[in-house]
Amino acid sequence: MLGWGPPTFNADIYAGDAVVNWANFVSQFFNGLVLGALLALISSGLTIIYGTLGVLNLAHGAMFMLGGYAGWLAYSYSGSFIVAVIVGSLFVMLVGVLIERVVIRQFYGRPPEDQLLVTFGLGIVIVEAVRFWFGSLSKTVPPPSGLVGITPIGFMMYPTYRLALLGIIAVALIVLYVVLYRTRIGMIVRAGIEDSGMVDALGIDVYKVFMLVFGIGSMAAGFAGIVNAPVVSIAPDVGESILVQTFVVVVIGGVGSFPGAVLGGLIAGEIISITSMFNPGYSYVMLFVAMTLVLVLRPYGLLGAAGRE
Amino acid sequence: MPFDVLKDGVSRRTLLRGGAGLVGGAVLPMGWIAPGFADEPAMGTWPAGSQGDTVTIGAAVPRTGAYAVQGEDELKGMQLAVEHINAGNDLIKKIAPKVTKGVLGKQVKLVVADSGAKPNNAVQEQQTFINENKIIAMTGSTSSAVAVALNKFAQREKILYLVAISGSNDTTGKDCARYSFRQCFYGETAANAIGPVLVKAYGKGKKAAFMTPDYTYGHTVTKSVNEYLTKNGGWTQVTDQVSPLGTQDFSQYLTNIANSGADVIINVNWGRDAVLSVQQAKQFGLTPKMKMVIPYQIPFLAKEVGAALTEDVYAATDFWWTLEDKYPLAKMFVAEFEKKYGYKPEWGANNAYMQFAIWARMVSGAGTFYPPTVIKEYEKGEKFDSTVGEVYFRAADHQLVRPVVIVKGKAPKDMKGKEDYWEVMEVVPGEGLMQKPDAFGCKLGSYT
Repeated sequence: MLGWGPPTFNADIYAGDAVVNWANFVSQFFNGLVLGALLALISSGLTIIYGTLGVLNLAHGAMFMLGGYAGWLAYSYSGSFIVAVIVGSLFVMLVGVLIERVVIRQFYGRPPEDQLLVTFGLGIVIVEAVRFWFGSLSKTVPPPSGLVGITPIGFMMYPTYRLALLGIIAVALIVLYVVLYRTRIGMIVRAGIEDSGMVDALGIDVYKVFMLVFGIGSMAAGFAGIVNAPVVSIAPDVGESILVQTFVVVVIGGVGSFPGAVLGGLIAGEIISITSMFNPGYSYVMLFVAMTLVLVLRPYGLLGAAGRE
Repeated sequence: MPFDVLKDGVSRRTLLRGGAGLVGGAVLPMGWIAPGFADEPAMGTWPAGSQGDTVTIGAAVPRTGAYAVQGEDELKGMQLAVEHINAGNDLIKKIAPKVTKGVLGKQVKLVVADSGAKPNNAVQEQQTFINENKIIAMTGSTSSAVAVALNKFAQREKILYLVAISGSNDTTGKDCARYSFRQCFYGETAANAIGPVLVKAYGKGKKAAFMTPDYTYGHTVTKSVNEYLTKNGGWTQVTDQVSPLGTQDFSQYLTNIANSGADVIINVNWGRDAVLSVQQAKQFGLTPKMKMVIPYQIPFLAKEVGAALTEDVYAATDFWWTLEDKYPLAKMFVAEFEKKYGYKPEWGANNAYMQFAIWARMVSGAGTFYPPTVIKEYEKGEKFDSTVGEVYFRAADHQLVRPVVIVKGKAPKDMKGKEDYWEVMEVVPGEGLMQKPDAFGCKLGSYT
């Protein structure tokens, strides 16, 4: 493993790194599911915003971070995880609505470059404001007392809270699904994704819909931020790498497609997890390889449709 | 020649400006010309950078990203040192006796930019500092990728580079530079210092899982530690989990480790990556069943993850504040730092402070800011007192020969104060820890 002789396939690169066996495969597959669920939730927020408003929100990662901090603050005052989750999500929703109303609305008529720049700038402002107030030292939100510890799940020991997280996110995704597919507002939002001009022509105040969608999309990120806080302690930069991954998920799943975001999230989680079984150094490389393949073979993503903005 | 210029249609104004420059050159004060007579031709920012009554040092430290906490820490050390140099503080004078108020009669100024621990940013920022502030030295790094990039940049620009935090063997190994100096310990010295302690504590023939950040620091530290343990303890590396800098979720790496049959996790991750991987290893139930080892200590790790998670963790470090009981200068440093910032210093701040203090010693010893003369002052290899006892620079690779401190995390119940996280187990003398100067392929490059 360490000798200076000529490298063989089994030596320098692979042997030391890989833990390839069935037990690990099952473990990694399960872990990929948890990773993927989180990505799915954040991405669904990003994708409905982009699908409806046509604005690629580069501040989405900052919303994720903000949810964590708002929740953490609420937790430090109330000591209740449930309060933290509610405050975290609602606060971010409010911030989202405000941002749409005050900033984004001025940009609908402007070129996409401007929209990218302004959301990118907003992201920086939010992150640095949080850093200014709370510093760079990471903050921890402990999981609710019933969900502390490790649970044996047959093939491996898994952190109890991460198991619960899978359920929490599944519920959140179902709620989002019901809102989007089983309510009148959801119908309008979906119509807006397909053709916002037509929705406007039908006499529906499309701006109100935009504001609502931006709020809901942000809330999805904020909710993810706080429920993820017991897993990954929060710091001002926490949304940065998540943002990149959610873009990949949206591209794989198809822009504007809620089911696409869920599918894309799960695929991304599995790619990261399973690849790392063979060589962790390649897990993100493979993620981008997958994205490239999708772009080549299905330019609109797995569940996307041509013509959506 | 002037006629050629005229022929090419140069405007009268250009000509006038050129003329003014010539006249101006002739009437410049003698002080400017004097160094020329002393065989000290202009180079880099010399002499322009040291002509006023202040000299400026440019710092590119990470204030955002995975290493932000540690970047702020080293910045605090720098600021304290600058304050002390300018005031002629007693502590500075113990290290640099010729410092009065300022260095060679000039006050020192620090200019700072956020590198985000990215090499490109750091180099661009230092370039800006050179252009706009005529800095006479550069510093800053918490990532060896940045340190290595600035090494090369320093050599090209002929401006001294005081390496801040950098644990890669390459920084004073294959990527070393004549213009660069490192104060802190690194992979090879960490391995040789902590290796014997680990073999003694955990026994021979253990299985180790490594967690390695994917850049020069991670790979060289992992290699050095693994080599030591394999050769001297008969340990086996059962897996090496390489993760990118800035990873948030370590679950897939920890899942591999859970299935690897390891007895010990050797966690080379740093900054926020270390905080998160230590927390998540606990969540996954890997620790304390598997023992955690931190071969390259992270400032504020214990504060961020809590003492319960660093209990019984062995780490190699540059400095820990309880060394004040052993070294008088450490006691002074801890007191001065705490007075200014209200908490005990960690090793990042200590390293930055020492780098500045040593620089002040060398410049004031050389009697000039002329870089080659200052470099030769470092290369004399004189021994001097530091916050960890007597140290000296190795001329062949510009590495400070200094002890490595082995600490072990205290159990929360054994802590005597809220900052009493680590117990110093051993201070291992530097001499025996280092490889031969050329073992890592160091070629320093030219003075001019």
